[in-house]
Amino acid sequence: MNAVLRPVSKARKRRDLAMRASLGLATALALVPLVLVLGYVAKRGLGAWSWHFFSTDPTGSFLGDPGGIKSAILGTILMVALATAISVPVGVGVALYLTEYGKNSWFAKAVRYFVDVMTGVPSIVFGLFVFIVLILSGGVGGYAGWKGSVALSLLMLPVVTRSAEVVLLLVPHTLRESALALGSPRWRMIAKVVLPTALPGLVTGSLLAVARAAGETAPLLFTAAIVNGTSLNLGQRMNSLPVQIFTDVGQAQDRLVARAWGAALTLVVLVLLLTLVARYMSRRSRLT
Amino acid sequence: MTVSLSTHAETPLEQKRRFEHGGTTMAAGHRVSLKNLSAWYEDQHAVKGVDLDFEPNKVTAIIGPSGCGKSTLLRCINRMHEEIPGTRVEGEVLLDDQALYSDAVDVTAVRRAIGMVFQKPNPFPTMSIFDNVAAGPRLSGTKGGDLRERVERSLRSAALWDEVKDRLNQPGIGLSGGQQQRLCIARAISVEPEVVLMDEPASALDPASTLRIEELVEELKTRYTIVIVTHNMQQAARASDTTAFMLDGELIEAGPTEKIFTKPDDERTERYVSGKFG
Ligand SMILES: Nc1ncnc2c1ncn2[C@@H]1O[C@H](COP(=O)(O)OP(=O)(O)OP(=O)(O)O)[C@@H](O)[C@H]1O
Ligand SMILES: [Mg+2]
Repeated sequence: MNAVLRPVSKARKRRDLAMRASLGLATALALVPLVLVLGYVAKRGLGAWSWHFFSTDPTGSFLGDPGGIKSAILGTILMVALATAISVPVGVGVALYLTEYGKNSWFAKAVRYFVDVMTGVPSIVFGLFVFIVLILSGGVGGYAGWKGSVALSLLMLPVVTRSAEVVLLLVPHTLRESALALGSPRWRMIAKVVLPTALPGLVTGSLLAVARAAGETAPLLFTAAIVNGTSLNLGQRMNSLPVQIFTDVGQAQDRLVARAWGAALTLVVLVLLLTLVARYMSRRSRLT
Repeated sequence: MTVSLSTHAETPLEQKRRFEHGGTTMAAGHRVSLKNLSAWYEDQHAVKGVDLDFEPNKVTAIIGPSGCGKSTLLRCINRMHEEIPGTRVEGEVLLDDQALYSDAVDVTAVRRAIGMVFQKPNPFPTMSIFDNVAAGPRLSGTKGGDLRERVERSLRSAALWDEVKDRLNQPGIGLSGGQQQRLCIARAISVEPEVVLMDEPASALDPASTLRIEELVEELKTRYTIVIVTHNMQQAARASDTTAFMLDGELIEAGPTEKIFTKPDDERTERYVSGKFG
């Protein structure tokens, strides 16, 4: 018998098998709720889907046709788009400050700490904050789509900043050095070398933040509020998918609850699409 | 010709003159002098009071065991050392008679005048072959002349033109390692520097590519002052006119390459070049 390559003992084989089995079981268990939720939403939601469902606004009437969710879809898209337009430039800007200028200074450390704290703040707090500062104060009118966007952008900001910082740190230091060694000013090195190299990753991080914001109810409840009709004016009240679901589910009418399922499925599909695009972008990235 | 390093932007005429001058085959080279140069990382004294001249149109090799401060010394010459937080430089670096560390000098102008090639080929991954070379003038803000022509001239000088002229729009990182390093050399000289610093430019390359780089260095010295750090004794002996030997942050001795390799003054140099330590 060869002493170096001793055969694996029976006991060890059994232990290996037991470990594998229990890990597989744990994974399966973790997947159960996910599959159940998705399956149930799909089953209930598909029943509500129709052309009419996507092409009409909620009527608000308790009798007769309850209408569809057109205003909710458009409102979500518009408000999230504005929130993205606010939070992505600011978030990437903060991340650039942290990686390219602040580095390990006390100020950069403080900023990083606050960003982390902000990540943990419940979304309803952002909603309340905007409610108090932009609505109760009375200076700039009542409920409005753009106020919902502000609340969403506060929510997205830490997510964008953190993911952008990680991606920017992945840009090899040697690329920055070779740009500087060519006599490039720092800002041009950032604009022409760092940002283009990090771009796919920045897009991925931003899309994940967008997906997160699209599903939030609380920041919109007290800011963009509840309305039925379609509005393309961010200065006015705006409907959104999460808020529509929230109000519909609370109704004692099966038709309205069915609409909530349909809206929920719409939201899930929307977020899924965003996540897929995000994954595609991150695979195109040349940074590991 | 004097090199303009002041903070004021070059006038178009100055730029044109500099551009045309660098483009012709023979330019009066420029001397780099180190005067009692010291460099630190935090409180680690990595370069200790080095006095050394790099002669115009000559190749100077810097040799010495790993960690002796060769890269640090090189990075002090184009002021890249200060990019690392917590570092410090004392003493002087002169380009001809201009002090590179004086307050009136713009650091980006120093780096335009003194180009650098790194150990590992590092083309910009998002850019094509053409854009990688064009990145030199674009990033440094050098204007004047036709960009295409400038790119072609740089690629020709780096002995890469014939291999890439039909695929200038393909990504720079699609080239072989040796080609990538020549691309980086083309990028460095596209700015029309006066001095080219190379930190082990061939250490990541195969013998054939290494030889090409050495031939290239031989050619480039007609136009530039070249400083090359190398671990390869044969390379130093083949490619350089002057050799400087460093040990532990100090310059032990510098002189004509032949002398350093055959009858050096210092016994430590002798032991190093004969492979007895390091
Ligand atoms: N970024 C850094 N931070 C702190 N210390 C450093 C840093 N870079 C280099 N050093 C130290 O400075 C000294 C000189 O390093 P340097 O890189 O100049 O050596 P070298 O001669 O180029 O070595 P090698 O031949 O291995 O490249 C070494 O002791 C090294 O540990
Ligand atoms: Mg080194």
